[in-house]
Amino acid sequence: MPEMTLVDAVRLALDEELERDPNVFVVGEDVGKRGGVFRATVGLIDKYGAERVIDSPLSEASIVGVGIGAAIYGMRPVCEIQFSDFIYPAFNQIINQAAKMCYRSGGEWTVPMVIRAPYGGGIGGGLYHSQSVEAFFTNTPGLKVVVPSNPYDAKGLLKSAVRDPNPVLFFEPKKGYRLIKGEVPEGEYTVPIGQAKVSREGADLSVFAYGMMHYYCLEAAGTLAGEGINVEVVDLRTLYPVDRQTILASVRKTGKALVVYEANLTGGYGAEIAASIAEGAFTDLDAPVRRLAGPDVPAMPYSHPLQDWFMLNPEKIAAAMRDLAAY
Amino acid sequence: MDLSKETLLEMYWTLLLARRTDERAWALHRQGKIAFHISGIGQEAAQVGAAYAIKRGYDWVAPYYRDLAMMMALGLTPYEFMLGLMGKKGEPSSGARQMPSHFSLKRANVVSLSSPVASHNLHAAGIALGIKMRGEDRIVITSIGEGSTAQGEWYEAVNWAAIHCLPIIFIVQNNSYAISEPIQKQMAVPSSADKACGLGLPGVTVDGTDMLKVYEVVQTAVSRARSGEGPTLIEARAYRLTPHSSDDDDRSYRSREEVDEHKKDDPLLVTQRTLQAQKYLTKAKIDELESKAIAAVDQALADAAAAPYPEPADAAFPVYAEEVQHA
Repeated sequence: MPEMTLVDAVRLALDEELERDPNVFVVGEDVGKRGGVFRATVGLIDKYGAERVIDSPLSEASIVGVGIGAAIYGMRPVCEIQFSDFIYPAFNQIINQAAKMCYRSGGEWTVPMVIRAPYGGGIGGGLYHSQSVEAFFTNTPGLKVVVPSNPYDAKGLLKSAVRDPNPVLFFEPKKGYRLIKGEVPEGEYTVPIGQAKVSREGADLSVFAYGMMHYYCLEAAGTLAGEGINVEVVDLRTLYPVDRQTILASVRKTGKALVVYEANLTGGYGAEIAASIAEGAFTDLDAPVRRLAGPDVPAMPYSHPLQDWFMLNPEKIAAAMRDLAAY
Repeated sequence: MDLSKETLLEMYWTLLLARRTDERAWALHRQGKIAFHISGIGQEAAQVGAAYAIKRGYDWVAPYYRDLAMMMALGLTPYEFMLGLMGKKGEPSSGARQMPSHFSLKRANVVSLSSPVASHNLHAAGIALGIKMRGEDRIVITSIGEGSTAQGEWYEAVNWAAIHCLPIIFIVQNNSYAISEPIQKQMAVPSSADKACGLGLPGVTVDGTDMLKVYEVVQTAVSRARSGEGPTLIEARAYRLTPHSSDDDDRSYRSREEVDEHKKDDPLLVTQRTLQAQKYLTKAKIDELESKAIAAVDQALADAAAAPYPEPADAAFPVYAEEVQHA
C-alpha cells in the first residue's frame, strides 16, 4: 500500500471524483494553474481543463453562492475556501442558503456540494491564517461538517462528501497536510460520513478529538502508555451529525472523558461533546468531563512564542491526560 | 413586435389577476387573516413583460419577493399564492415554511428565494454556469430591487456572469424606494444599469411601466444570452405604489401627493390604454376581465381558506436530502 501525505490524499480523491462523474467540478481561488496555495488541486486543470477546474474571482461569497446555483442545477461543485479564516464573507451563503435550501423548499431543491477549507494553527499564520471555525457551522442543521485526521480518512471521507446529496463542509488540518502521512490503498473506497472511530483502545480514560488535535492526541497517548496509563483515543471524524453512540460507549468503558480542540474554549465544539457525555453517561463518569482547548483570546498570534502559548501540542495534551487519569 | 393579440390579452390578464390577488392580500392582512404580505403593485408590467420574453418552463428564473405577477406568468395560481399567505399545507414555494412571496416553483424552474436580499443572484449565476458547462441553450433571469444592488453579493454575481460570459439577465426593478430610502440614498448613479460599465456587460434602462418596452428589451437580452454573447443588466423603472410590506407605513417618509402623482402611471392603466389604442381591448372587454379576475380571486380565497394546515410534525423535515419523500 502506498504511503502518502494528507494533502496528496485530498488531491487523489478530487482526481478520482472528477474522473468518475462529469458533473463534478472544482472552483476556488488559485485552484487552476497554481494548483491551490497548498497544492491540493495541482495538475487537475491539465487533466480536466479550465471549465472543470475554475479559478474564481477573489470573492468567497461567490465561490459558495455560484456553487449552490450549480448544485441546484444538478452539478457537483467542490468549492475551495483558501483559508477557513476567509470563509466569513460566504457565511450567509452557507448558513442561510446552502443549509436551508432543502428545508425551505420542502425538499424540492437540494444542494449537493462540498466546501473544502484548510483550518488550524501552528504554521506562523497569525490571526487570519490559523483559525478553527467549525463551531460556527456545527449548530446549523442542513450542513454536514467533516474533519479528517489522516490520509486514509481524508480520501475516503472526501469521496463520500462529493457523493453526498447535501452541503458538506470539509475542514482539512493544514498543519497536517504534509506532516501527517499514512497508507492509502490503491483504488476505490469511501469512508462513511457520520461515524467516529476508536483509533486507539485504552481502559483508563477516553480522549475525543479531530483533525490535527487527534494526531497530537495519539502521540500523547503513546507517551502515557510508557507511563502505564492506557488512553482510549476517539477520532470524531464527522462533527455534524455527531456519532454520540461511539462517544458514549467509550465513556461507559473508561469512566473519564477529555475533549481536545484547538479553537477557543468557550462555546467551542468540544462543549457539545462534553454536554452529550454529561447527558448520556453521567452515571458512568468517575471524574468531571474535561476540556482542553485554545485560550479565549480573539485568535492565534503570529510571533512564535505567542503562537506556542495559544497552540496545543502533544506535551500540553499529555499533561491534561495525566491530570485526568490521576483524578 | 412579435406578440399576437391573443398573447397581449393573456399578458394583460396576468397583470390584472396579479393586481387583484395582491390587493386581496392587503385586505386579508388588514382583516387580521394573514400575518404578512409584501406587494408587487406598480411593478407588474415589468414582471409580465420580462416573463413573456423567455421560454417559460424551459429557462430558469431566480425571482425576488415582489415578483407575484412574474410568478403568475410562470404558472403560479392565485390559489397557490393564497395557500402561502395563510401558511396552508401543500403551498408550493416551501410547504408553508417560508413567509409569503418567498417564491419557488420547481415545475417552472423557479428556484427558492430567502429574505437576505441579493443572495439569490449568485445562485442564478451558478445555474447559468451549469447551463454553460452542459452546453445547453437555456437562459436564466434573476430579478432584484434597486436597493439590493448595493449588496456585495449582487456585484459578485454580475462580475461572475461577465467574466464567464454566462447566459443570464439581471433585471433590476427600480421602484424608487428601498423601504423608506429614496434612490439618492442608495446609489450615486442615476440608474443601476450604469453600474454595468464597471463590470463589463451591457446596461439598459427601460420604462418599467411599459410592458411592451420591457418585453422588447428583455427579448434582446435573451437572444444575446442564448447565442452565447453573455449577460445583460436591465433596470426597469417603476414606482412602488404600496408601503414596503404589510408592516410598513409609508406615510412616515413620503407624501400622499407624491404617491398619487405616480398612480397616473399605474402599469395596469398604462397597459389598458396601450391595448385600447391598438383596439385589442374595449371597455366591455375590460369590464368582463375585471369580473372574471374578481371571481377567480374569490374562488382562490374560498379554496385556500378551506384547505388544511400542515401537521405540526411536518416542521421536523426535510432537513437533509435523504429525508425528502418524493411522491
